Amino acid sequence: MNSAKILSIAGCISALLAGWSVQAVQARDLTVVSWGGNYQDAQRKIYFEPFSQKTGKPVLEESWDGGIGVIAAKVKAGTPNWDVVQVEAEELALGCADGFYEKIDWSKLGGKDQFLPAAVDDCGAGAIVWSTALSYDANRLKEAPTSWADFWDVNKFPGKRGLRRGPKYALEFALMADGVAPSEVYKELATPEGIDRAFKKLDQLKPHIVWWESGAQPLQLLASGEVVMTSAYNGRISGINKSEGKNFKVVWPGSVYAIDSWVILKDSPNKDQAMEFIAFASQPDNQVKLPDYIAYGLPNKEAAAKVPAEIQKDLPTAPENLAHSVALDADFWIDNIEELNKRFNAWLAQ
Amino acid sequence: MRTTAVRERVGALLLIVPLLAFLAVFFLWPLWTMVKASVVDDTVSRVLPRTSVAIVSWDGQGSPPVQVQQALVEDLRQADDQQALGETVRRLNSAVSGFRTLLTRTANAVRDGKDASVDLASLDRRWNEPRFWLAIRDAVPPYTDRNLLAAVDLKRDANGTIVSEEPGASANRLIMFRTFLVAAIVTFACAAIGLPYAMLAAAMTGWKRNVLLLAVLVPLWTSLLVRTTAWFVLLQNEGLINGALQAVGLIESPLPLIFNRVGVVIAMTHVLLPFMVLPIYSILLSVPRNLMQAAASMGAGPLRAFWRVLLPLSLPGLLSGSLLVFMVAIGYYITPALVGGANDQMISSVIAFYATGTANWGLAGALGLILLLVTMILYFIYGRLSKSPQLVGA
Repeated sequence: MNSAKILSIAGCISALLAGWSVQAVQARDLTVVSWGGNYQDAQRKIYFEPFSQKTGKPVLEESWDGGIGVIAAKVKAGTPNWDVVQVEAEELALGCADGFYEKIDWSKLGGKDQFLPAAVDDCGAGAIVWSTALSYDANRLKEAPTSWADFWDVNKFPGKRGLRRGPKYALEFALMADGVAPSEVYKELATPEGIDRAFKKLDQLKPHIVWWESGAQPLQLLASGEVVMTSAYNGRISGINKSEGKNFKVVWPGSVYAIDSWVILKDSPNKDQAMEFIAFASQPDNQVKLPDYIAYGLPNKEAAAKVPAEIQKDLPTAPENLAHSVALDADFWIDNIEELNKRFNAWLAQ
Repeated sequence: MRTTAVRERVGALLLIVPLLAFLAVFFLWPLWTMVKASVVDDTVSRVLPRTSVAIVSWDGQGSPPVQVQQALVEDLRQADDQQALGETVRRLNSAVSGFRTLLTRTANAVRDGKDASVDLASLDRRWNEPRFWLAIRDAVPPYTDRNLLAAVDLKRDANGTIVSEEPGASANRLIMFRTFLVAAIVTFACAAIGLPYAMLAAAMTGWKRNVLLLAVLVPLWTSLLVRTTAWFVLLQNEGLINGALQAVGLIESPLPLIFNRVGVVIAMTHVLLPFMVLPIYSILLSVPRNLMQAAASMGAGPLRAFWRVLLPLSLPGLLSGSLLVFMVAIGYYITPALVGGANDQMISSVIAFYATGTANWGLAGALGLILLLVTMILYFIYGRLSKSPQLVGA
């Protein structure tokens, strides 16, 4: 199916080269791409629809699952059919180095000093601070797990565990379960011994792990009781608690947080409008509405300060939640993802 | 006479021009692009021309001479096509992890620094390690077999001889084998269920036949994702099947039906069953009904009549159904990802990782090419096999 996908990508490129769709592309409305699910539902209400009303032009939206290859295929086609995309930290770094994005005009966003330093980049403006954390169903587990060591303890907490398939996050969590302090995780991973140590720790839990791939899966695994705990994206947990009355809990110590950013694809035909959209989505008054729907932290400092305290405590940016968590090291992963993914697949197959 | 024949031929050719153009643009050209991507390796020699010339004379021992280092600095300063540079970085990082940050940092420093001489080793001490320089030297030749070798877990060592990857470093061969194994099991399961089903459907008349056919066709019109998710609901530990079995008292603890090979085979068999039933059914429709009666009148029991008459006649349908199911099954991706366990991921998920995850189209193309080759060999064998029963029948 996926070789067919590759072929179809190449087919799209060929169609563009042939010059068929150039006119269609020019007439296209602003297209914004985000991560789907209840997160994009929230974005639609507070960003897409109000922006469309303000400008009087429709905003088209799509969702995607990430991957720099997708961006590369779009940009290399000449005129991309996406304009604004929300990307993860690695895609931001990779795409910026490879010239896949337009530069951000920070003066339109009110200046760089209005934002968390980590959310400011030449190519991207931070959209959210989000976390991958240990989660469990408090209605099923009588005793609450408090750390990744508990996650690994199958005697104390019998049952299966969910982890995202792939080395990213799994290696970090394994090291913390093995006693590495959150602040030392990437120092340890930078050495071959550290990587061996992480894989060895994963060995212990291997028979008990259910691997998931998309962000909605861990919620389903928890809800059906298929796993007793799982790694999950914190916003989705608060989202399902609100929408379906679940009692899922997030364990903040040992969570890994990262920043997602808005970027504009190179040579986008709606470049100016795209910049306006990012500015709109970065205004404090608009951004502050987001945590009502989904518990992600806000990169605009003024917006972050306006969030009510009872919502604040569920955000990755709350000081007590930040205290024992790890900032995702995008540089480590853009250097090592290919080699470690290969090794991870080999390890899974053993 | 002659001119009319030529004219007719040209006319016929013109009629199929759209078809040929379609095949060329949407089939041959992309295929050729991917094959080319897997063996052409000219990004380093294009973006770093001076380094490529200078580094060839280096013997690979210790650090390369100063001229090479200066050539690299000059190349990075002159590199104005950022996307081409990005491709080079991606190529080199795929050979040695760490090149990504190393080269990006170096390129930025070189562009910021005004003076001509930049000491690379003091900029980043990784430049002292020969393996980074060796990776550049290895990437100079414009054609490479590294992607094709990597697709089957092989690589070239320092002397250029082909060796296996260290155990535990890569599992493409195993995953490829697993893909064909799962596809074979699913094909067999589809044949075991589909053949009797198609015979039953062909033997029925009126509304009964319609109901049986609808039972096959409706799933075919339903989205693949919906069907897979439905199996997720049925198979999980607290799902319908385990719930029912436990309620009846047949089992005490839930059977492991999901996140393992059993789940993958069940779900894929269901999804692919129509591709088996329909070809067999259409073949059986053309079998005269009185053949079985004729066999009976000549003294053959029902089993013998089936074995000697009906089965050989339905064999072409069975073979083309098996081929269809097998071909579709080896490309499966969503179903193993959703209901399979760690050891059920198929090769297309690896291809997807390289194509969309890291934009390493060379390796993605090489994996696809290997898959295509193996499939073509199997198709060739099928071609041979599918001819023989007709010969016997004749």
